[in-house]
Amino acid sequence: MTPTARRLANTAVSGLTFAAALLVVCPLLLIFGFLVYQGLSAINVDFFLHLPKPVGEPGGGVANAIVGSGIMIGLAVAVGLPMGILGGVYLAESRDRRLPWVLRFVADVMNGVPSIVFGIFAYTVVVIPMRRFSALAGGLALGLILIPIVLRTTEEMVRLVPSALREAGLGLGLPEWKVSLRIVIPAARAGIITGVMVAVARISGETAPLLFTALGNRFWHQGLDQPIAALPLQIYAYAIAPYEDWHRQAWAGALVLITLVFLASLAARLATRGRIVAR
Amino acid sequence: MAPDSIAGAGTADRLSLPPRAISRGRVALGDRIYRACVLASVWLVLVLAAGLVTALAWESWGAIRAFGLRFLVTSHWDPVAGEFGALPFIYGTLLSSLLALLIAVPLSLGAAIFLAELAPAWIRPPVAFLIEMLAAVPSVVYGLWGIFVLVPFLRDWVQPALGRTLGFLPLFQGPPYGIGMLAAGLILAIMVVPYITSVSREVLLAVPGSQREAALGLGATRWETTRIAVLRYGRSGLIGAILLGLGRALGETMAVTMVIGNRPEIAASLFAPGYTMASVLANEFTEATSDLYVAALVEIGLLLLLITILVNGLARLLVWSVSGPARGGRG
Repeated sequence: MTPTARRLANTAVSGLTFAAALLVVCPLLLIFGFLVYQGLSAINVDFFLHLPKPVGEPGGGVANAIVGSGIMIGLAVAVGLPMGILGGVYLAESRDRRLPWVLRFVADVMNGVPSIVFGIFAYTVVVIPMRRFSALAGGLALGLILIPIVLRTTEEMVRLVPSALREAGLGLGLPEWKVSLRIVIPAARAGIITGVMVAVARISGETAPLLFTALGNRFWHQGLDQPIAALPLQIYAYAIAPYEDWHRQAWAGALVLITLVFLASLAARLATRGRIVAR
Repeated sequence: MAPDSIAGAGTADRLSLPPRAISRGRVALGDRIYRACVLASVWLVLVLAAGLVTALAWESWGAIRAFGLRFLVTSHWDPVAGEFGALPFIYGTLLSSLLALLIAVPLSLGAAIFLAELAPAWIRPPVAFLIEMLAAVPSVVYGLWGIFVLVPFLRDWVQPALGRTLGFLPLFQGPPYGIGMLAAGLILAIMVVPYITSVSREVLLAVPGSQREAALGLGATRWETTRIAVLRYGRSGLIGAILLGLGRALGETMAVTMVIGNRPEIAASLFAPGYTMASVLANEFTEATSDLYVAALVEIGLLLLLITILVNGLARLLVWSVSGPARGGRG
């Protein structure tokens, strides 16, 4: 090929890849634009403070769904956080050959398992024995989704803690557990928080694992052993219903949900801003 | 406490001393408890993962025993008559995912190459950020957008146009409902693009700089460098990234359920409604009345789990082969 042809090919490919990047970003703008356009008009104070109204009555809100989502995210964090963090610390510190590899592999594969499968699991181990849908089952399903995300970020973040810090602690005669819990984990705290926020952002939008665990509810929550509302479930129910007013509320709910998710993602970024050395 | 015991206890893991190098009694009680806790959580995660497969296998046993392999190859799904064949769902899952990859792979690889190799430095962080946000959009929001924006657009513009120009192909025949396989493939493509892009980008960034320098030093242009030195080096990682995207597409539930039409039929046309494994679970699980019905649904879940384990396991190994297990893990 002549030099000119080679330069032309270079320019052409640069242009094509640029176009690909543009096309990839386009849907985000389209989706966000429609959410704001359609959702903003249905959002008002009532939307955040009131229960859903029966069909035909306009107005009403998703307050119970927001509370329900919060409760189940809390449950999920309670289930998944200790395992995720301890497992992550183990991955970062262990010099074992086999077990860390296995754990890392299992965590990564778990991260790719469809979320609805975790719903079935929670159904078989919680809903069937209890004979009813419950917040607990939903929380368990979400917690299982959270574990691999927290585990892998914790590992990455603990690895970034300089070993001099840990050696200093050990040199002062502190026992290993104190060094880990009081020096290493606090030093990696910002990074671990990032991982947790990323995981929370992910599970707060999950719908499929809640379909047959939390089930949904049009009232305030009535205990952890009862069916409970969740924002994504509510959006789904409204979106597939044949009522104009519910569609409006689905858009509004989606706008609220995506704002929460983006805020969590943003918090995740801010927590480690400037702390992470370029990899 | 004697100094040697402290050093021994603290660094045993770091230096991978065999545990016996430290006499048992001298490891502080606190450390033993701590190690037990850490190991317990490690094993708990592994047990939970194993429990996932076991519980699903257990719960679907009734259907496995009743239908055997017939479950996979018959297409009659009739809960009332107690007949369950999962072929339409398997077909729908595979076809929609394939369609999604067909659209998503060129776009995501192009975007990843742009972001990792060709783009000016100032443009990379904002675009990478937008793509990360795209990955964070919940499935149900994609579905909502799909129902009210994408489907009408397909019905009124894209499908009539495709029908006029390519209507001689069986793929593009039939009435334009909007809802159907084409919509599912498109929404899936939009959803997996950010995953494939960000993992491919990480793979490309993990290719050592010396590879590029060698090619540039020989007088190659940026694109030639990318093609010869970077893409070839990272090939297995890129295949891994695509497989990760495939794994996502196979198990994606809400958005697909909302736009695919949910009819258990095997149609040649992309305009026709279909059904996927994940969607049938989402739609019918709470309505399943008989034990056999539930077992058949759980068996579909089990199949989905096994397929995604296979795809993801392979994908991870490929990605790790380029970027190492500690890094290229997320996505």
